[in-house]
Amino acid sequence: MALMLIKFDLKKRVKLAQTVWFMYWFAVMAGVLVFSMGLFFKIELRKRSEFMDNNESHFLPNLLILMGLITCVTNAFGGKICYDSLDPSKFAKWKPMLKNFLVSCMCFNSLLLMTALLCFLMRIPLQFTLTEGLKNGMRYYKDTDTPGRCYMKRTLDLMQIEFRCCGNDNYRDWFEFQWVSNRYLDFSSKEVKDRIGSNVDGQYLMDAVPFSCCNPSSPRPCIQYQMTNNSAHYSYDHHTEDLNVWKRGCRDALLSYYGSMMNTIGALVVLVTILEVAVIIGLQYIHSSLSTLANPEDPESESEGWILEKTVKETFTDIMAKMKAMGKGSKVEEGGEAVVATVS
Amino acid sequence: MVLLKMKFTQQRRVHLAQGLWLLSWLAVMCGAFVFCLGVYLKTELLRREEVMDNTEIHVVPNILMMVGLASVGTNWVASRVCQDSLEGSRFPRWKVLLLAWFVVAALLCCLLIAAVVLSYALQGHLEESLKVGLRNGIRFYKDTDVPGRCFQKETIDRLQMEFRCCGNNNFRDWFEVQWVSNRYLDFTSKEVKDRIRSNVDGRYLLDSVPFSCCNPASPRPCLQNHLTDNSAHYDYEYQSEELNLYNRGCRQALIDYYMGLMNSIGPGVLSVILIQMSVLLSLRYLQTAVEGAMALENPEDDSEGYLLEKGVKETFEEIKANVLSMLKFRQVDPTSTEESPEAANAKKVADNTKEKAGSSTPAS
Repeated sequence: MALMLIKFDLKKRVKLAQTVWFMYWFAVMAGVLVFSMGLFFKIELRKRSEFMDNNESHFLPNLLILMGLITCVTNAFGGKICYDSLDPSKFAKWKPMLKNFLVSCMCFNSLLLMTALLCFLMRIPLQFTLTEGLKNGMRYYKDTDTPGRCYMKRTLDLMQIEFRCCGNDNYRDWFEFQWVSNRYLDFSSKEVKDRIGSNVDGQYLMDAVPFSCCNPSSPRPCIQYQMTNNSAHYSYDHHTEDLNVWKRGCRDALLSYYGSMMNTIGALVVLVTILEVAVIIGLQYIHSSLSTLANPEDPESESEGWILEKTVKETFTDIMAKMKAMGKGSKVEEGGEAVVATVS
Repeated sequence: MVLLKMKFTQQRRVHLAQGLWLLSWLAVMCGAFVFCLGVYLKTELLRREEVMDNTEIHVVPNILMMVGLASVGTNWVASRVCQDSLEGSRFPRWKVLLLAWFVVAALLCCLLIAAVVLSYALQGHLEESLKVGLRNGIRFYKDTDVPGRCFQKETIDRLQMEFRCCGNNNFRDWFEVQWVSNRYLDFTSKEVKDRIRSNVDGRYLLDSVPFSCCNPASPRPCLQNHLTDNSAHYDYEYQSEELNLYNRGCRQALIDYYMGLMNSIGPGVLSVILIQMSVLLSLRYLQTAVEGAMALENPEDDSEGYLLEKGVKETFEEIKANVLSMLKFRQVDPTSTEESPEAANAKKVADNTKEKAGSSTPAS
């Protein structure tokens, strides 16, 4: 017994073909959308590649771009088939390859679903890349005279201002790096010599943060220097001070930014997959209704359309049997050759 | 002598009506476009209204919005006229409305030109308004505990960071104002007491700027305090230091921004004026050509279309005469009611006898 059998007359077939043709054109737009989202994501990753150590994986945006292109092509092709289905002579040339086309569309759909799943999972490798990248960013903050790193300061400052974040996890990360270049340190001064002598690597470490960490919403002019020293500033307690500098770490800020982008893209790809399944079902109905015409010569005769010729279970056992037969067939051939060899 | 006469065959009239219908729908879109431009300009001005002292400059986006809406309606009417112009029965009802339409369309064009002119003419007013607004903003920077002014600090900080500017004219404006609130000053410290005593008003003045003046492109971590003291920082000379802070004043930055906005809106508005003028002229031709055709014995014959029935000067004289006679008519009425009722009656009787005499003489 066929799965979801529907009776079709000419009028219904024409209507079905027109509807599926419209849906194919929607699906082409959806393919363009997936392509452009992949492109957008790629550009956003490139923009901040300095904070990912230039090491970020472009696998996902490249996959989205490829999927978008393939979606466009297959759906345009499917639309052409729908358009031709109303004309029996034109449809005859598509008929033989239609079954293979439908099977390949199903495989492509499953690939699309995997892409959507990847979008949701990509957050995890991104987290590691960002941690490394931001740490290096802060380390090279002072190297404004080193070629290749001279824009790191500006980029990091602008990013902290734009994303309203400070440091990797929080502002204390800045205390562990020397972010003032040696060019601007007076090595004859006692204070500088003390600070450099106070740690193993000979670095000038301060309990201070760059100006880009300052929060404009603070009621007080920004306190950047001597942040852990309560007596250095009037009426200041660094344990309770909330609004002075940004509390959030830049890794969290960037992760949530990219995370929301990827979630949106993943959700849209799932919707596109559902649309694709719908057009495949539509095309299967067209295919089955046109191949079961009661009177093959008369285009106005009635026919039946279905999703699967037999029930799901029967179709599955059929496919398994076919695969076994193919496997046995190759075995028999080998056995036959061996027999022939022994005989001869 | 007729102005710019053109011959119209039936075919040409039909083409003119169709072309004008398309053009008037294009003009409707342009009207919507002008409205959107006005809305955009107004939102941009409103976003920074806290640093502006007055709203005189808002007249430009207001005109644009008004004209945009009016032109959508006007051009829609023009498209309806085009649709009816080819049917002899439906066209006459537009006759009266068309004169009003021409006046309104010409008025819209004039208003658009006025908007463009004003956007340049009001630049001085905008500058003044920004000067006062920014000065107040800088003065009230420290008042984060005063209701009504508590967001001034955040506004000025975000403005300076977004527009990459510092102070009103330059960063030295911050030296003249106390921008650190008294709540965060330790009045027992000698340094604070010295600074407060060093000026007449008892303000705590510094040669420092807020952090939002810092330039991220500087190779050196930002120097905010003791800016005029070369010895306070290693390897620092404030006269030659260029990249440390933003050099531009916020007034200049905002003026440049708004002038750039109006300059890019200008060509769009000018092309809308051109389109509106062409709709106006084409509709005049269509009106005269169709009216001429309807007056002929065979409506499908050739007719003439023109812009003005008489020359420009003669038409102007005629309009002047019409307006004056309308005014005179109004003046004559009050003077006639002042006359005594008997005199009016006598006048009426005399008129009647004159008419009777006049009518009787031809009979006899």
